[in-house]
Amino acid sequence: MPDALPVELRYALSRPEFALDVELVLPATGITGLFGPSGAGKTTLLRCIAGLERAATARLSVDGELWQGGEAVRPIHERRIGYVFQEPRLFGHLDVRRNLEYGARRSRDSRGSVDFDGVVDLLGLRGLLRRQPVALSGGEAQRVAIGRALLRRPRLVLMDEPLAALDRARKDEILPFLDRLHAELELPIVYVSHNVEEICRLCDHLVVMEAGKVLATGDLQSVLVQAGLPGLGGDEAGSVITGRLAGHDAAYDITRLEYSGGVLQVPGRFDATGSTVRVRIRASDVSLTRERPRQTTILNVVDASIEHIAEQGPMRLLRLRLGDDRLLARITHRSCDELQLREGETVLAQIKAVAIRNTPQH
Amino acid sequence: MNASDEFSALWLSVQLAAITTVLLILIATPLAWWLSGTRSRARPVIEATVALPIVLPPTVLGFYLLVLLGPYGAIGRWWVELTGDTLSFSFTGLVIASCVYSLPFAVQPLQHAFEALGRREIEAARTLGATPLDAFFSVAVPQSARGFLNAIVLSFAHTLGEFGVVLMVGGNIPGETRTISIAIYDRVESLDYTAAHTLSATLLVFAFAAMLAMYLVNYRGRRNA
Repeated sequence: MPDALPVELRYALSRPEFALDVELVLPATGITGLFGPSGAGKTTLLRCIAGLERAATARLSVDGELWQGGEAVRPIHERRIGYVFQEPRLFGHLDVRRNLEYGARRSRDSRGSVDFDGVVDLLGLRGLLRRQPVALSGGEAQRVAIGRALLRRPRLVLMDEPLAALDRARKDEILPFLDRLHAELELPIVYVSHNVEEICRLCDHLVVMEAGKVLATGDLQSVLVQAGLPGLGGDEAGSVITGRLAGHDAAYDITRLEYSGGVLQVPGRFDATGSTVRVRIRASDVSLTRERPRQTTILNVVDASIEHIAEQGPMRLLRLRLGDDRLLARITHRSCDELQLREGETVLAQIKAVAIRNTPQH
Repeated sequence: MNASDEFSALWLSVQLAAITTVLLILIATPLAWWLSGTRSRARPVIEATVALPIVLPPTVLGFYLLVLLGPYGAIGRWWVELTGDTLSFSFTGLVIASCVYSLPFAVQPLQHAFEALGRREIEAARTLGATPLDAFFSVAVPQSARGFLNAIVLSFAHTLGEFGVVLMVGGNIPGETRTISIAIYDRVESLDYTAAHTLSATLLVFAFAAMLAMYLVNYRGRRNA
């Protein structure tokens, strides 16, 4: 199969209290996170893409096919979009199986590899098929909604904060299924969220929006380490590093993770040696030192060069380079001055905590 | 007056109510759907117009309908040219008048049902590949079944019992426009209370049974939901 082409879109609309003006190119595979504060226009953009919202300027092409632009406007039902709304929106008069089949029956086009049993197993829906939607928990209902959208044989999947309405336990129930989806689907997926943790776990690419405009777009790491983006600074500031599982020290239950800048040691055991793993490192968990500490409880102390220093009130956010990867460190202005840290210098970064996520990569 | 007259009046009323109900569902469904979703500024005007028959004295409504449907009225004249028959004092005229008279009883339950359903599931259906019509019939209609039942029962029962409009537009022609309520009025005028009792009791029992059936279904539906 030839490589799929990216999703290209341009939407602009203006309302009394809100204006959207967006032009984006989204990769043909992998999950693109759409991140921003509420009111940024994330949901409106998704609705425009699906055709549920009219825009003054509208252009959309998916895998080389023009879906909207100039004279061409595909109606909603011809857009081959799998839309997962914030709330499940299951059809109350149909059982789970018939909800799942609703889109499949209406998608005559046989392109795409999704089959009923595959999706049912992927999302763990086997035991729910005969239930009515009212008899499902919030998490189960949202899984059914995801399955229903996938069985429609979409060429583009849009997920609008599918976990936002769920509590912590329900989120944790669904996230592993989303990980699997990510690994197994060769589809462009747009995932709206204002939760950094979810974004870091699931997404490969990131688009940051505010007030109807795109502030940043690119691969996840490169956007995360840009200073000054709303919602990604302060306590949420952090970076992700993708590495390869290189071994496990059984005596201390420590996993070794190889990445472009060396080796990270992470407590705990992770399956599948040789597979890739993504870790998130918060900027506030990274401290800097000029000399290698002789005795320290911190496992990971790595050489890093300072690429950029951003001022954030009494704090300084430093972008560090480790091999080809980037790391953020959040320290006080005072420490920054006392150590006389300058862009271009090399320092030692001490990484106190690493949040690991077993995320298979494409 | 004999029993066959009474039966003929009853049968005529049932026919009138049945035909009116079928027509009303066909007219009221798209109207109610539009009203439930539109942000048009014409909406309150349309809603008020639809609701008029609830508050207007049937004689007033009947009078205007008579003017409109009569051989010199806007609709009646056109009908005469088209078919050669007059609309006033005919069964066809009664059907038209009944549709106007019972319109709110079909539109309002449907509109409430569609508003309660909202557009969320319809949007979901559309993104799953359903055309607007497909989404309407596969999602909105089955989920509004109680709204349809209420609309059918109310339209039928309300038409069955109409009096003023029928008297104004239809008069009292046996087998053509003499409905059950007209027949009751007739019997009372001629002091035939026995016949009036029989007919009245028939209507009373039917009306109660219809309302009871509707509320039972609604009650069960609410309890299950």
